[in-house]
Amino acid sequence: MTAEPIAGGAGDAATAVLPRARVSRSRGLGHILEDERILAYLLLAPAAIILGVFIAYPFGRGVWLSLTNATVGNPGSYVGLKNFERAWNDTIFHQTTVNTFVYTGVTTVFKLAFGLWLAVLLNREFRAKRYARAFILLPFIIPTVLSTFAWKWMFDPTFSVINWCLWRLGVITQRINWLGGEHLALASVMVVNVWRGVPFYAISLLAGLQTINPELHEAAAIDGAAAWQRFWKITWPLLLPVTMVVVLFSVIQTFADFQLVYVLTGGGPANATHVFATYAYQIGVGAGLLGQGAAISLALFPVLLIVVILQLWYIRRTDTT
Amino acid sequence: MIEGSRTRKLAFFYGPLLAFIFGLLFPFYWMLVTTFRPDGELYRPWNRANYTPFWTTSPTLEHIRYLLSETLFGTWLYNTMFISLISTAISLFCGLLAGYALARLRFRLAGSLGTSIFVTYLVPPTLLFIPLAEIIRAFRLADTPWALILTYPTFLIPFCTWLLMGYFKTIPKELEECARIDGASRLQAMVRIIFPIAMPGILSAGIFAFTLSWNEFIYALVFLSTTQQKTIPVGVVSELIRGDVFFWGPLMAGALLGSIPVAFVYAFFVEHYVAGLTGSVKG
Repeated sequence: MTAEPIAGGAGDAATAVLPRARVSRSRGLGHILEDERILAYLLLAPAAIILGVFIAYPFGRGVWLSLTNATVGNPGSYVGLKNFERAWNDTIFHQTTVNTFVYTGVTTVFKLAFGLWLAVLLNREFRAKRYARAFILLPFIIPTVLSTFAWKWMFDPTFSVINWCLWRLGVITQRINWLGGEHLALASVMVVNVWRGVPFYAISLLAGLQTINPELHEAAAIDGAAAWQRFWKITWPLLLPVTMVVVLFSVIQTFADFQLVYVLTGGGPANATHVFATYAYQIGVGAGLLGQGAAISLALFPVLLIVVILQLWYIRRTDTT
Repeated sequence: MIEGSRTRKLAFFYGPLLAFIFGLLFPFYWMLVTTFRPDGELYRPWNRANYTPFWTTSPTLEHIRYLLSETLFGTWLYNTMFISLISTAISLFCGLLAGYALARLRFRLAGSLGTSIFVTYLVPPTLLFIPLAEIIRAFRLADTPWALILTYPTFLIPFCTWLLMGYFKTIPKELEECARIDGASRLQAMVRIIFPIAMPGILSAGIFAFTLSWNEFIYALVFLSTTQQKTIPVGVVSELIRGDVFFWGPLMAGALLGSIPVAFVYAFFVEHYVAGLTGSVKG
């Protein structure tokens, strides 16, 4: 041990590490583990194996499946781009594509607006603030499938509590079938998605807000800036880095969403509310057309790729500055 | 806030805040009321005069009894718990080691490996479930808890690694160096000095991972088929809906009871959970 004083410590240049590696290799196991590079690969191995076997390999396998006519119990054979061609000419797939983009776009705007509003409210000092914050996160904690069932029950055509309230308030005279009409069903699904997503936005943005120095606000207020001006000139620009990450992360989750739509509408009525994931499930698992299903779920990939590249670019940019 | 009279504060602060809280919590209240409401009241049309939506005059435990005796809810609860705990443990183990390596050790591929782990963090399960189902079948894991225990880490490990890597970077390197001068090996310094200090980060990652696995749905839906093997979300969906008939009482009871364990864990560790959530965003 004395032969290698503070090697591998903070300020060591890479060249200082190399000779040490040669020395330690000639000794026992304990010394092999002193080699930074060997130790690093050993420590990364468990994660790399699991991610390789259950993400990288299935991804490659999925690409291959999408090029075959495989069905359940039948490995199928290579058919080229036929599955993609079929999706391209499939009107349900067109509807699915539109839905997925509308679903993601609209809910993201609302989640950001409400989330930011709630974060600003929570950033003040008030009694029971800790409890408010804890309770607000519940929609995000409680398993989505289970809370979505509560919504489905609230949307029930015959026993809807929302209808009762609106009827009592004199807004409606006829029942509204929230999940029955094509456009209304998609809107209802989006409401639930916003409900589930707002807490995540609010709490993440609140963490960002808390890093903003309150003196900035005080100084601006003394100079006569109104609350609204202070928000746009101070809060918003300083919060932008956190906002970017939250939005990109949430876009991926929403774009690939499955549970909400599956439970609320199952893609119906008449395939009007399918998103990529539910349609891929219906074709790949429901109908057992593995090749076609794999092709549909790969439709998620281009957009995800763009978001991932954006996010990596953004992280790298903020790391270097 | 600097300015603001009482009415202003009411209109711009307490009003909206209470509206948010009401909106965000109402579905859970509705779950609770439905669980204890007898069927006769449950299926009373909403425009009937004696419809009392927000409370019940004759609470009943019938739905909970049905859930516990007529379905395998207890088994599902056990399965969910077992799968969540083991997959969280596996992910924490892998995440700790990988996070330490990426934060502290210098080796040639550090940058690209860190990036690829981050990228897998962004690959959603819905992209992979069809080929994965095939692989699970090939490994003869279909319809066993191991199908989920081995696949849940795919979205938990990247998260744990990322979070813990950030945490390790905040621990001063001098601590480790001191230990090494005192004769500890690199591995000993990692396990005895760094991991104990990182305990809050480990706890955050663990709690977050636990709630994520409790929440997971699509893998459980696709990989499990027999009733005995199911997790709570899948069991509730497949056993309490027969065709078009929804058993709303037991369904809501299942939703309520299935949420309690995870809400319980959350209640004890709110601060850690929030730290995990915001840590994952800040990267």
